[in-house]
Amino acid sequence: MPEKLLEIQGLTAQTNGKEILHGVNLSIGRGEIHVLMGPNGAGKSTLGNVLMGHPAYTAQAEKMLYRGESLEGKSADERARAGMFLSFQNPVEVPGITLASFIRSAIEARTGKRVMPFAYRKRLLAGMRLLQMDEAYAERDLNVGFSGGEKKKAEILQLLMLEPEFAILDETDSGLDVDAVRTVSEGVREYMKEPGRSLLIITHSTRILEALHTDYTHILVDGRIVAEGDASLVDEINREGFESYE
Amino acid sequence: MKEKTYVADINRNLYDFRNTETVEDTFRLEDGLTEEIVLQISAEKNDPDWMREFRLQSLETYRRMPIQDWGPSIEGLDMDHIATYVRSKTGMRAKWSEVPQDIRDTFERLGIPQAERESLAGVGAQYDSELVYHNVKEEVAAQGVIYSDLESAMHGPMAEMIREHFMRLVPPSDHKFAALHGAVWSGGSFVYVPKGVSVEIPLQSYFRLNAPGAGQFEHTLILVDEGADLHFIEGCSAPKYNVANLHAGCVELFVGKNAKLRYSTIENWSKNMYNLNTKRAIVEEGGVMEWVSGSFGSHVSCLYPMTILNGAGARMEFTGITFAGREQDLDTGMKVVHNAERTASVVSTRSISKDGGVSTFRSSVTVTPKAKGARASVSCESLMLDDISRSDTIPAMDVRTRDADVGHEAKIGRISDDALFYLMARGISEEDARAMIVSGFADRVSKELPLEYAVEMNNLIRLEMKGSIG
Repeated sequence: MPEKLLEIQGLTAQTNGKEILHGVNLSIGRGEIHVLMGPNGAGKSTLGNVLMGHPAYTAQAEKMLYRGESLEGKSADERARAGMFLSFQNPVEVPGITLASFIRSAIEARTGKRVMPFAYRKRLLAGMRLLQMDEAYAERDLNVGFSGGEKKKAEILQLLMLEPEFAILDETDSGLDVDAVRTVSEGVREYMKEPGRSLLIITHSTRILEALHTDYTHILVDGRIVAEGDASLVDEINREGFESYE
Repeated sequence: MKEKTYVADINRNLYDFRNTETVEDTFRLEDGLTEEIVLQISAEKNDPDWMREFRLQSLETYRRMPIQDWGPSIEGLDMDHIATYVRSKTGMRAKWSEVPQDIRDTFERLGIPQAERESLAGVGAQYDSELVYHNVKEEVAAQGVIYSDLESAMHGPMAEMIREHFMRLVPPSDHKFAALHGAVWSGGSFVYVPKGVSVEIPLQSYFRLNAPGAGQFEHTLILVDEGADLHFIEGCSAPKYNVANLHAGCVELFVGKNAKLRYSTIENWSKNMYNLNTKRAIVEEGGVMEWVSGSFGSHVSCLYPMTILNGAGARMEFTGITFAGREQDLDTGMKVVHNAERTASVVSTRSISKDGGVSTFRSSVTVTPKAKGARASVSCESLMLDDISRSDTIPAMDVRTRDADVGHEAKIGRISDDALFYLMARGISEEDARAMIVSGFADRVSKELPLEYAVEMNNLIRLEMKGSIG
């Protein structure tokens, strides 16, 4: 088994004829928490989407490996079934399918096995309790009419239920009040309890990181990684912002 | 990354089976429509005199009337080559086990015995143009509910009632195919629910066309008396044949004072069918009419169930879905007439078009001067699955009082790439993700259906969606 879970070299990404990422290198090992920071418009969400295989982007890379296998030509569902996960910054509303039945379908699609209803229900409700979500949300249409906070909690609920090996959290803390950030990070900590799981946390604030142990920090500016370091880099950004890198 | 989507033929094996009943088993009249044929049908049916006269008059009307000059083209229909009447050899059977094997096989594949087991009150299944199987559970009959085929009811104690109501809501002069129906109608159901009786379990009727070139002209007449309550389910499916097929059925529903009728339909015609069906309901004071209508299949459909809210406080709800695929032109909608004060109607429809299919929502809301305080709301949402399909909305409103609240909204959308990516990012394949979005879109309708029908509708959607990804 390769040591690195994710290995990216020279990644470029275009959309509508415009290049947004200009050669990104990123290497994430098992059990590591990486933080990706950067000013608005730096390409952070693009990187998350590209890693997950969003068809709106044309991506090219010298190397783009997940568990030692090339991601090239792999669609989003194949990447998800390989163990990747993206918590969306703006989760999409899908009418007519409940949160509970959607997660069940997703688990069945990933595992290829039927989900046992009773055990599933129990696990789902436990996850919702942890995230302080009202049980009624289980039977509501996926993200439809959810508040910003409930949408993010529903993303983390999916993270807990789908048990991916590698998760990208795209601005999971944005738009949340202090209590909700705490609840959501509680969910993320729960996810990381299982050894060998890795995270890439995309954020432009640092609130979600307080309760988590950061291994590496990457600063993305204008589609390029301009600085890398350990958790102390987060503190530096906290004090001084991105100005020195722009 | 390149996305490739192509248009593929839909796998309809599940539904497009046909059985191999030999031709000599069936009794078949000449293809064209003459007075002689109508008289022959009348004799075969053992019509009372008034009905024979009614048929002949309808034939006259039929010959006089022009074909409609609006809506989808029905040029593919050649009345000279449509056998108007095909009848299976078997007569009425009371028990499932006595129905001939090949006919039973057909129904078995359609899940009729299954539905029967699942506590549906009665099955009037039509094979070709004749009722071959009819069964009303004792408990329903014990309540005084009459559920039978129309032909034999015409000779029973309800004869006078049928004469008073038959084609009074939909007169043969309504349009050419109503006139044709009046001349050659055959088979169908008659239901009478007496005053104050609430039928707990839904009554079900399953119509099916099964002979090449055969038209089907079944007539459904339902009377729900004062304060009574009924749910009637009509399901249709037809195998595929090369000759143009015509369905010109007629449904007449009479909802009495403070009575309630729910009429649910899932139609799944084969893709060469011309479905020119006429359905109409009249609702008296305080009565409630609920329509649930799913239109799948057929080559051309013209279907606009109409409700006349004729008594104060009468209400109507219409929930419908239409799925138009390749080479399909489905013109569906509804009509409502508010003809009394405080009448209310709520219409919510969904339409899906795919592979070049055309889906048109045509609605008509009429509010007469009498209908003070009337409320009408019409909302239709369309989903187009590709760039070659088409979706239109044609709403008409005629409001003759100031004191009415009438609203209409229409939305047309597509499956967004972001929604697709979101579902796929959870591990769901593109095909399943699309089907999921479409089923979700149809959910409002399937929620209104009894479970086994909701499952069938979701299966139909899945079937129609299959093979759309390359």
